[in-house]
Amino acid sequence: METIEKIKENECTLKILCCECGTAINPNPSNMCIGCLRTHVDITEGITKQVSLYFCKGCERYLQPPAEWIHCALESRELLSLCLKKLKGLQKVKLIDASFVWTEPHSKRIKLKLTVQDEVIGGAILQQVFIVEYMVNHQMCNDCHRTEAKDYWRASVQVRQKSENKKTFYYLEQLILKHKIHENALGIKPIHEGIDFYYATEAHARKMVDFLNSVLPCRYQHSKKLISHDIHSNIYNYKFTYSVEIIPLSKDSVVCLPKKFAQQCGGISQICLVHRVTSALQLIDPASSQITEINSKLFWRNHFGSICDPKQLVEYIVMDIQPIMDKNRNKFPGQGFISNRHILADTWVVRASDLGIEENFIHARTHLGAILKPGDSVLGYNLKDSNINDENFDKMDINYLPDVILVKKYYDRSVQRRKRMWKLKHLNAEDIVLTTNSNDYNEFLDDLEEDPELRQNVNIFRDKTKIIPVDADDGDPTVPTITLEEMLDDLVIDDVEMNE
Amino acid sequence: MALRVQFENNNEIGVFAKLTNAYCLVGIGGSENFYSVFEDELSQTIPVVHAALAGCRIIGRMCVGNKNGLLVPNSTLDTELQHLRNALPESVKVERIEERLSALGNVIACNDYVALVHPDLDKETEEIIADTLQVEVFRQTIANNVLVGSYCVLSNLGGLVHPNTSITYLEELSSLLQVPLAAGTVNRGSEVIGAGMVVNDWSAFTGLDTTSTELTVIESVFRLNESAPSNITTSMRASLIESMS
Repeated sequence: METIEKIKENECTLKILCCECGTAINPNPSNMCIGCLRTHVDITEGITKQVSLYFCKGCERYLQPPAEWIHCALESRELLSLCLKKLKGLQKVKLIDASFVWTEPHSKRIKLKLTVQDEVIGGAILQQVFIVEYMVNHQMCNDCHRTEAKDYWRASVQVRQKSENKKTFYYLEQLILKHKIHENALGIKPIHEGIDFYYATEAHARKMVDFLNSVLPCRYQHSKKLISHDIHSNIYNYKFTYSVEIIPLSKDSVVCLPKKFAQQCGGISQICLVHRVTSALQLIDPASSQITEINSKLFWRNHFGSICDPKQLVEYIVMDIQPIMDKNRNKFPGQGFISNRHILADTWVVRASDLGIEENFIHARTHLGAILKPGDSVLGYNLKDSNINDENFDKMDINYLPDVILVKKYYDRSVQRRKRMWKLKHLNAEDIVLTTNSNDYNEFLDDLEEDPELRQNVNIFRDKTKIIPVDADDGDPTVPTITLEEMLDDLVIDDVEMNE
Repeated sequence: MALRVQFENNNEIGVFAKLTNAYCLVGIGGSENFYSVFEDELSQTIPVVHAALAGCRIIGRMCVGNKNGLLVPNSTLDTELQHLRNALPESVKVERIEERLSALGNVIACNDYVALVHPDLDKETEEIIADTLQVEVFRQTIANNVLVGSYCVLSNLGGLVHPNTSITYLEELSSLLQVPLAAGTVNRGSEVIGAGMVVNDWSAFTGLDTTSTELTVIESVFRLNESAPSNITTSMRASLIESMS
C-alpha cells in the first residue's frame, strides 16, 4: 500500500504529526501516515474476495454468464477476462494490474493478484494489492447434458453399404478419425450393414453427409419427422434423418458393366476390376490396363453390380509370364486412359491346389506384370467355373470371357501379421460391431500395407508394444510394409477411449 | 485545557461557537449539551451567550471578535444586535459592517493584537476592524488559501495553521504576528482548523473526532497545559520577586 502524494515537494514543506500515531510526516490530503491510513480505510472493501467459477468437465469449458461456455486455458488471457468479469465491485475502483498466482491445477482454485487504486479521505489516492480466490465448481454444460442424455438427438445420419465385407467401413472409420468429423456426434451406433451417427443439430449432420460425399461415392436421402409444433409462433420441431448409401462395391471386386456404358467409358472392357474406391470408383481392365473413373452420379444412373467378390478369390501359381510390348496391344480411336504404371503381361497359371496334377496351364492376361514372376502365388477369380447371376454378364458372349482374372499378388502374411509394428485408432462406439479381429479387418490392414495411396488418407500409429525387428530374416522380404517414417507416435497418456 | 465537544453530532464546532478572552458566543442548538460544556468551563470568568446572526446558528463563521470588540455582518437583525449588546460586557464594542464577504469568521483571523484578513477585503472594512478590534491588520493568505479565518486559529499565546504551510512562510507569519505558530490538523486530519476548533488564552474546544496527538499539538502551541500555579511561578515570578525585593 502506498499513497501517491499530490503535493508538490516544494523547497521545504513542514513536517506535521500524523493525527493518529503522532509520527512526523509530510502533509497529505488525509493528514495520516500510511500505516494509519491503511488501518482506517480498505479500498477493496466492496470487492468480493471469493468467487465461484463454473466449469464443465465434459467439454472443459467455463461458464461465462449468462449462458455462454468458453474454452480457456489456465493462466490465459481469456480466463483472466472471465475472472475479472465475475468480480463484483471492481467498477468502484481503478484497476491497475491483474495477474495469476500459481495454483496447483488439481486444486480447483484460481488465484488472482489485483492492484487497485482509489481515492480516499480528502483526495489521497491509495493503491492496494490483494488476492481474489476463485473456486472452480463443476456444472455440466447444455451440450454435454444432451450428450449424456443419450437419445437426445435432432438429426441422424444413417450410413449403409449393402456389400459382402466391411472394408469400406474400416476405411471410413479411419477417414472420420483423420478428419475429426466425429467430434460433433452425440452418439455413434453400429448396426447391421452400417453405422448411425447422431447429432444435436441438422447442420452437424449435414456436414457429415457432405464429408461422406467428398470421400466415398454415395447417395443420400433426406427426411424429417415432425415431433411437435407451435401454430402460434410457427415453430416446428423436427427430427431429421439422412440416409446415406455407399456404393456396394469394394476394392478387388469384379464388375460387369452394361455394354453401352462400357462404350461411354472410353470403350473399356465390360469385365473390370475395382481398382480403388475413393470419392469416385476407379475401374481397371486387367486385359488392357485401361482405367476409368466412375463418380457416384454415373454409378447410380447405370446401376451395375459385382460379379465376383474377394471371398471367391482362389490362389494360383504363376508358371510363366511374358510382358506384352506396347506395339502388340490392340488400340482403337477413342480409347480411354491406359495406365502406364501397370505392365501388361501374358501369364500362364495353375491353381495352387492343382499344382503338379494339372498339366494344362491356364492363360490369363494381367495388369500385374510388374510384380509377378514365375513361381509367385497370385489371387484371382475363376470366372470360367463360377456361377454368376448378372443381367449384363448373361448378355455377354461367352467366347470373349477370360478364364481367370488375376487380382493381386498373394503374400504369406501369417508371420507379418503377428509382427505388425503399427496400429490404427478406433472410434469409441459402444458395443462396436466393427470388431478388429475379423478377417475383413486383417485384409484391410493388408490393403493398407500394399497401397501407399490408400495410406495417405489414414493416420497410422506406431505400436509401442511391438519392438522394431533388427533383422527381417524371418518372412518374405518382398512383402510390402509400412516404413517407420509413415507412422505417427501415439499420445502416451493411457486413454481408455483409444486403447484397443 | 482543551475539551472535545460536538454540536449535534457535528465536529465542526468552530462553526457554531465564537470564543474570545472576554466572551463566548454559542449557537442555538436543539439541546443544551453544547452550551453547557462551554458554560461549565467558562461561566466563572466570561459570559457565555446564546446567539444567532441573521437567524442562523453558524455564528462562528459569520462574526469575528476579540476582547475589544465584535464585528457582525450586515445581515444581522436588529433584535439580535440588541441582544448581543445587552449580553456582552460594556468594554466590548459591537459593530455591524457592510462587507461583501459577509462570512467574517472565514475571512478574518485575529487575536487581541493582530488580525489576518482576506486579501480582497474592503478598505473601509479593514479600517473598521482596526478601530473596533484595536488590532493591526495584515492582508495575508495561508498555504495559498485566501480564507485565512478558516485555515488558521490564533490566540495571544500561539496559533495553529494549515498543514501545507511551508516553513519559510510559517516563520514569516510568526514574526508578523509575534506569536509562535505550528502547522497541524484537527478532527482526525481535517485541515479546516478554524472550523474545527475555538480557542482563547486559557481554554480550547475542539471537535469530538480530534485525536490525542492533535490535542497535544494544540495544547502545546496554545500553552494550555500550563496551569495557574505554574503561571505564577513562571511568567509572574520575575515581577513578583522584583516587587518583593
